[in-house]
Amino acid sequence: MFKPHISIQKLNVHYRERHVLKDITVDIPEKRITAIIGPSGCGKTTLLKSLNRLVDLVDGVKVSGNVLVDDVNIFDDGIDVTEIRKKMGLIAQMPNPLPMSIYDNIAYGPRIHGVKDERKLDQVVEHCLQEAGLWDEVKERLKEPASRLSVGQQQRLCLARALAVEPECLLCDEPTSALDPISAQYIETQLLNLKKDYTILFVTHVLRQARRLADYVIFLYLGELIEHGPAETVFTQPSNPRTKAYIEGVFG
Amino acid sequence: MNKRKLEEAFFKGLMLLSTSIVVGSLLAVFAVVILNGAPALSISMLTQTPKGGYYLGKEGGILNAIIGSLYLASGATALAFLLSLPIALYLNEYAGKSRFASLTRLSLDVLWGIPSIVYGAFAFIIMLYLGARASLLWGIITVTLFVFPIMTRAIDEVVKMSPFKLREASYALGSTRLETALKVLTRQTLPGMLTAVILAFGRAIGDAASVLLTAGYTDSVPRSLFDPVATLPLAVFFQLGTPIPEVQQRAYASGVILLVLVLLLSIASRLSTRKFMKYLIK
Amino acid sequence: MNRRLRDNVASKLMLLATIFSSLIVFIMAFALFQRSSPILATQPLSELFLTSSWHPTKGEFGFYPFIIGTLSVTGLALILAIPICLLSTIYLAEYAPSKVRGTIKPLIDLLAGIPSVVYGLWGVLLVVPLIRYVAPFVGTTTTGYSVLAGGIVLAIMVFPIIISISDEVFRTVAFEVREASFALGATKWQTVKHVVMRKALPGFTGATILGFSRAFGETMAVLMVIGNVAKAPSSLFDPAYSLPALIANNYGEMMSIPLYDSALLFAALILLLVIAVFSILARIVLLKIERRGV
Repeated sequence: MFKPHISIQKLNVHYRERHVLKDITVDIPEKRITAIIGPSGCGKTTLLKSLNRLVDLVDGVKVSGNVLVDDVNIFDDGIDVTEIRKKMGLIAQMPNPLPMSIYDNIAYGPRIHGVKDERKLDQVVEHCLQEAGLWDEVKERLKEPASRLSVGQQQRLCLARALAVEPECLLCDEPTSALDPISAQYIETQLLNLKKDYTILFVTHVLRQARRLADYVIFLYLGELIEHGPAETVFTQPSNPRTKAYIEGVFG
Repeated sequence: MNKRKLEEAFFKGLMLLSTSIVVGSLLAVFAVVILNGAPALSISMLTQTPKGGYYLGKEGGILNAIIGSLYLASGATALAFLLSLPIALYLNEYAGKSRFASLTRLSLDVLWGIPSIVYGAFAFIIMLYLGARASLLWGIITVTLFVFPIMTRAIDEVVKMSPFKLREASYALGSTRLETALKVLTRQTLPGMLTAVILAFGRAIGDAASVLLTAGYTDSVPRSLFDPVATLPLAVFFQLGTPIPEVQQRAYASGVILLVLVLLLSIASRLSTRKFMKYLIK
Repeated sequence: MNRRLRDNVASKLMLLATIFSSLIVFIMAFALFQRSSPILATQPLSELFLTSSWHPTKGEFGFYPFIIGTLSVTGLALILAIPICLLSTIYLAEYAPSKVRGTIKPLIDLLAGIPSVVYGLWGVLLVVPLIRYVAPFVGTTTTGYSVLAGGIVLAIMVFPIIISISDEVFRTVAFEVREASFALGATKWQTVKHVVMRKALPGFTGATILGFSRAFGETMAVLMVIGNVAKAPSSLFDPAYSLPALIANNYGEMMSIPLYDSALLFAALILLLVIAVFSILARIVLLKIERRGV
């Protein structure tokens, strides 16, 4: 039923002395929405950022284990990190538009990967803004600075920007926590639409959001993988007592 | 793909080259000055004043310049501190964010950038007006003027950084502004102020243009504030161009002493910062 | 009550000191202006600035050679310093491992503390002979005392100012923006080039303006290596004469030749005004950045 797209095997991450992720082994299903849930500070963001190797940027980080995407280990020596990151789109918790116009924000990704044809860029910009549900609101002002958009619009911009490099997966770190309810709903609707083409992985600490969106659930607690499985199963009949406690709101 | 990597490698190479040029220049300055100056150093060089006439004297050393510089720089640094501390404290404790404070800070910025020769020229005008002659006193006054913006800015930066809760605590106990400023803030900012003083001392002792017109020059050690005084930078400047090798040696010796002094001051300021950091409240 | 009194007296004294510090610029400018007025009365400004004959004993005071001299040596210094400083700053702020950065930054601060006479001494001992040696290979001969020597020494003197301010600016560019660029698969250089630089450029410009002021007013080092010939230089290998050097070299004869003192103090006034303008400009640029919040 769930074909694995990303295969995480015994992933361990240390920030200097802190052991942040401990022996994580799980498969992320293809073209489904997977939610990573758990209390704050348990390594959810770290797990996400390991998948596109943004953790490499942290001072004093040590990573061990394998992450196989399309049967290639992203931690292999010969791997081009920028290619991995192209495959994995990231949407951060706080919208982070680049200091450029709306158009250039979207076009940035394709441009750095070598696309120069202006007409192709125009097409990509329009297509991605439509997929992110932002096109109608900005089509008249593509050359304006992205900083002028509202927070909700900026987050959709970041979604469009991530789509522009044609990733296979979308990694979303609490994508709606900084947004008002209407913008949040918008993003959620877009994610549901996008799952037919992309493998989506999102971190949330709002259980109701996980229930709404997830096909598959991963529960992390203090850096350990406590339980994972299809959303139905984990939410209605969790096998681990800690999972049960978290879902019932005993802690976190 | 390769194009990107190539571009990055190219610029990385340029970056390394540029940084090497910067560091290399420093090493070159040190090397050349020390290589020429070290041989000129001797006990007599450091403990005797030049004998004989002004540029033509062959024996003796640069004691006049060493003592002169120390007198002048110490006097100027002390005076500048007496001026800078109140200004920095006033700006932070009393004037706050007023327009007056901003205007003053702007003036200090401008003063900071004005070259020492302009201070020298200004002091010269005053000296002419008063009929005064070049002396240690006027050297001190000029260098004080030149150095106090630097010191004020440095102390201001440090005082600005002290956390507000510190002042809050002091006021909550019923202190006046003066007491807060003197007893609490200064203790917190001590390492920063020490660094500021050392920094200013370094600038004071190394500057030539400000004292050129105002302190005179002499072969002897000044015995009063009204005597002319020799300084190390002027010792370099006046004695470098001479055809007489012994005199030139004195120039090199003065140069290397100045350089070593600057190095020591820099190390001293780093050590003092580290030593006092433990008392600080973050 | 005693404490209150002390607080009051102290605050009045501090206020006095602070007022003094804000007025002193104007006092200095005024004094210089007053002493310059004799020479300003003899000719219109444009003639003073554009005449190139400088013969004080004959009463001829054409400042043109000195203006060109100062501008060429300062300009050369900036042309050399800007690329080197930009590239070094990017390396130190973005690429250098922290140990390397920790070693190099104090060394650059050390450069800032070296007195200008020592730079001049170094220039005379190394740069001038080097230029004298190299000149025949490019087809000219020179004593080595030249605009080129001045430019090289000045460039090194402004390295620390530009680099330390720019380093601050680069470091304050928020990490989130860089992360966004990396997440899209950009290389470090692409991130620096397209994203970080955009935010850091205004700050770098401010730093450059401050570097320019520093170079413009530098007296001793330039004086010792530039040759001090009162004729506008026509090539990098020609000697020249800068405004600060003019004052420093001739103050002794100021009072014995009519109008000479006025001319030299006018040169000092020019220095003060130009640098004041540039300092204010730099402050405005840097303030704008602070307010915008990089």
